[in-house]
Amino acid sequence: MRDFEYGNPSSLKQAIALLGANFDQAQVLAGGTDLISLMKDYIVTPRRVVNIKGIADLRGVHESAAGLRIGSATVLEDLFERPAPLHPFPSLRTAIAGVSSAQMRSMGTVGGDLLQRPRCWYFRNGFGLLARDSQGRSLVPNGDNRYHAIFDNAGPAYFVSPSSLAPPLITLGATARVTGPKGSREIPVAELFRTPRDASEREHTLGPKDILTEILIPARSRTLRNATYEVRERHVMDWPLVTASVALRMEGKRVRQATVVLGQVAPTPWRSQAAERALAGKELDEAAAAHAGDAAAQGAHPLSRNGYKVQLVRVAVKRALLQAIA
Amino acid sequence: MANIAWPPASKRGLIGKSISRIDGPEKASGRAKYTYDQNPVNLLYAKMLTSPYAHAKITALDTSEAERMPGVRAVYVFNGVGKEVNWEGHEILAVAADSEELAEDAVRRVRVEFQQLPYLVDDADLALATKDGRTRQLGAETSGDPAAGFQQAEVTSEGNYAIPVITHCCLESHGSVAQWAGDKLNVWISTQNVSGAAGEYAQSPDLNVPASNVNVDCQVMGGGFGSKFGIDTWGLAAAALAKKSGRPVKLMLDRKPELLMAGSRPSLRGKIRVGAKRDGTIVAWDSDSWGTGGMGVVGIHGLLPYIFRDIPNRGSRYTAVRTNTGPARAWRAPNHPQACFLTMAALDDMAAKLGMDPLDFFLKNLSLAGERAALYQEELQKAAELMEWKAKWHPRGDKTPGPIKRGVGLSIHTWGGLGHDGYCRTTIHPDGSVEVATGTQDLGTGTRTVINIVAAETLGLPLDGIRVEIGDNKYPPDGASGGSTTVGGVSSSTRVSATNALNQLLAKVAPALGTTPDKLEAVAEKIQVIGDPAKAISWKQACARLGTTPIVAMGQRNMSLISSGVGGAQMAEVSVDVETGVVHMEKMVAVQDCGLIIDIKTATSQVYGACIMGTCYALHEEKIMDQQTGTCLNPNMEFYKLSGLDDVGDIVVHMMTDPAIESRGVIGLGEPPVISPGAAIANAVANAIGVRVPELPMTPERVLDALGKGEMA
Ligand SMILES: Cc1cc2nc3c(=O)[nH]c(=O)nc-3n(C[C@H](O)[C@H](O)[C@H](O)COP(=O)(O)OP(=O)(O)OC[C@H]3O[C@@H](n4cnc5c(N)ncnc54)[C@H](O)[C@@H]3O)c2cc1C
Ligand code: SF4
Repeated sequence: MRDFEYGNPSSLKQAIALLGANFDQAQVLAGGTDLISLMKDYIVTPRRVVNIKGIADLRGVHESAAGLRIGSATVLEDLFERPAPLHPFPSLRTAIAGVSSAQMRSMGTVGGDLLQRPRCWYFRNGFGLLARDSQGRSLVPNGDNRYHAIFDNAGPAYFVSPSSLAPPLITLGATARVTGPKGSREIPVAELFRTPRDASEREHTLGPKDILTEILIPARSRTLRNATYEVRERHVMDWPLVTASVALRMEGKRVRQATVVLGQVAPTPWRSQAAERALAGKELDEAAAAHAGDAAAQGAHPLSRNGYKVQLVRVAVKRALLQAIA
Repeated sequence: MANIAWPPASKRGLIGKSISRIDGPEKASGRAKYTYDQNPVNLLYAKMLTSPYAHAKITALDTSEAERMPGVRAVYVFNGVGKEVNWEGHEILAVAADSEELAEDAVRRVRVEFQQLPYLVDDADLALATKDGRTRQLGAETSGDPAAGFQQAEVTSEGNYAIPVITHCCLESHGSVAQWAGDKLNVWISTQNVSGAAGEYAQSPDLNVPASNVNVDCQVMGGGFGSKFGIDTWGLAAAALAKKSGRPVKLMLDRKPELLMAGSRPSLRGKIRVGAKRDGTIVAWDSDSWGTGGMGVVGIHGLLPYIFRDIPNRGSRYTAVRTNTGPARAWRAPNHPQACFLTMAALDDMAAKLGMDPLDFFLKNLSLAGERAALYQEELQKAAELMEWKAKWHPRGDKTPGPIKRGVGLSIHTWGGLGHDGYCRTTIHPDGSVEVATGTQDLGTGTRTVINIVAAETLGLPLDGIRVEIGDNKYPPDGASGGSTTVGGVSSSTRVSATNALNQLLAKVAPALGTTPDKLEAVAEKIQVIGDPAKAISWKQACARLGTTPIVAMGQRNMSLISSGVGGAQMAEVSVDVETGVVHMEKMVAVQDCGLIIDIKTATSQVYGACIMGTCYALHEEKIMDQQTGTCLNPNMEFYKLSGLDDVGDIVVHMMTDPAIESRGVIGLGEPPVISPGAAIANAVANAIGVRVPELPMTPERVLDALGKGEMA
């Protein structure tokens, strides 16, 4: 591991001052479960890391009239162990429970989960986020892409967004507070993510001097029927193959409004408006859920080895919907 | 005089009972010191530079910048300028430095230039490998008349099957700590061959040390599975760097190099045709198979069909494919799991085509299974009872509504397991304490416990009346632990040495008891006239008669106490979600014989472990190579998937222990139970979902593909 400086600020202001003009100069360290692994493998080599766990304001869960505020440095286990605040959001709870083991949840933070780097094996083995060979050709389309994107994969990005927490948070209308040198702004969680169009872009919209400080799930989302379904090859110690999170505003047995977000299928959390349209105004039963699943799979462009993920999308959406109304 | 023969069941106090491993508490509490835990003062850490390419020639190598870094103490080169490296992970050099991080940094400051050369890393395409001149037919066997056999056959079943390269993935990675004291070399090394390692160090001109000056220590191990027989380049590097730097050096492999270069199991792919009569009698077999084990010419030559060697008309051909991948090493029951999967899957498909219950089909054809046919029959029937096979089996394709389908599958296997040669020394001290020493190793299997049980049984003492000393080459030499040879080797040498020591003691005390040694026995911490507890003296009193000189007696492996050749039958029950392709192993039944069992508990543990390891390679495990880059895509525990606890269902183990089996003496067990799980689980999946998943591991992708749901691009 390359030598680095360790900044240990006790306030947000100090933390931002310690960050640099680019990600090579400094990176935020939360639980470190992802960042330190990347540094050990020389995939990222910041000259400084800035620990944010010493900043008291960034930790904790607060209920207010506005909704549920979760500090970005709150560890997942804190949420997992205190089910009360998450009671209205089984969708989020499922996603947190899926991050295993307890050791991982005790170190990993909410902000770190959202901002963890992609698991693409070309990226993790040193071929860069866009996984290119020395001539600049992408390795993914002709390589082993069994875990890669089936949506928004025209290139140059083929990896999938790894966060399990992002899809449920997006369906719940959550916002993220981001603080930088010029103050703080509140953006929808979905806007933390983007599909990089060239090597100068990352998969997150945060700048090198930005810190994600808080997530807010608005109070009105408490009345949404919501659920997440994860397809996992192994029960534990693994990322899911595909996830689907749904949140439904119901009117009796009918869906007034649906939000459907898929995980592990595109470089960003993938909102399926086709599935949402298929549900709007419908009475939700097994057939309607399956129909929405089929709609969600439309427009997928599988690569040479990930066609099976299209089927997983259908099932995950169907099962999440049925769970949400169960 | 006490006799070396194993005591009859009625006289066994410890042998064959269920005894917890004696080092369990040490291990569970973290007090047991593994190689990684050895930290002599002034320790340096070494890291290796290995090839990033599948095939290349080293055209320039400059270590000066690395060597100038403060804290970098020594560099040792395996392959310098002009040498070819033949796989990603091929060793180039090692650097020793004050910390692990610094050593790794220094490795990255070495400037190497490569001329890249053509390579092949994927063995799936035989035609491509053949065109590349990378194939060699290792064997072609014919017996009877295969063409005529297929003509006689009323039903023919044909299929392609494949099982990929996997690695050993020992929980404890490879490595050692080496320290010189003058011209003496002390090494702590995770090895399956404590007694043989010194000789290997002695062969290195760089070390220039006689074997007599090398002390090898390996008290506890986190597995070897066949990958840790040698000291390896990294063992040599640790000793050489320690010599160069004058300081102790630790070189343990990280997970990535471990998975790239520390051993793999060859793949096996093939097309198989089976011919049978409508009544289920198999009459013909034909197989064309190939596989790769890296650049060596290796593989399952001569093992197909597995077990059913007496199929009257059979042809089989095997071709070894050389690929630029890390070299193969013996993997727990070398070649058997692969041959077993291909054979049992092909036969199960035939049973399905005939519309027969595979249990009936296998039982009907056991006459083709050679000398152990009767044993397989008994084992299959026992397994069927424990699995409730007749209640659970249904024709292919579970018709229960809903996405979760259940199914059962079976397989049988065989192995040798003859104890290796080796020596043991028993010392009885005048104060009554006893020590039993042999230069063997406990891979985690329970070897230490087995030695303790045999010695205590022989001397009539409780377990804690014996101190067991192993894992050091200063003790009498024992063989390498491979091929399930350890338990036969150490149990017989221990039995002989303890008996020899006891006979010396009996000779000493016979006069005091007014009798001759042949009338005496050691039981319950006493020396007594056989069958007469009234005429006895305590063990301590007996030993006190030795004065100041302990008894020392040697023993060597004895063929009358051991034998070779076992069978086993396994059945698996799975549930498969046919909408997601996710398979769960619900239950496995493993029925196994292994002669006289010394400790039922550690034996059963071996079988549990094997069923778990088998579940891993059936459902998740695979070394994934990328032809574009020549590299392994999953050299980590994230994508090189192993089952977690929740992925493993119930495991029911039944050890065969009737007097006829026990009369064969001790036979090894480590390997046989890992042979069948892949086949049994794969057959259960076919039974559940109605179609064959032809390639392991049976991931959701492959299951959905087999079901025709895995949309292609
Ligand atoms: C075995 C295993 C299984 C796992 N399974 C799952 C799973 O199923 N689903 C899933 O979603 N995850 C899974 N994970 C990932 C895990 O959830 C993340 O590693 C963890 O949440 C990251 O949190 P952290 O606090 O340790 O982040 P860190 O490693 O500290 O940071 C991660 C990244 O985010 C940046 N960062 C962190 N916090 C902030 C902030 N507040 N502001 C700006 N930047 C920030 C860091 O600079 C870094 O780039 C798994 C991990 C392991 C090891
Ligand atoms: S997970 Fe790894 S480090 Fe943790 S206890 Fe198990 S073996 Fe040890």
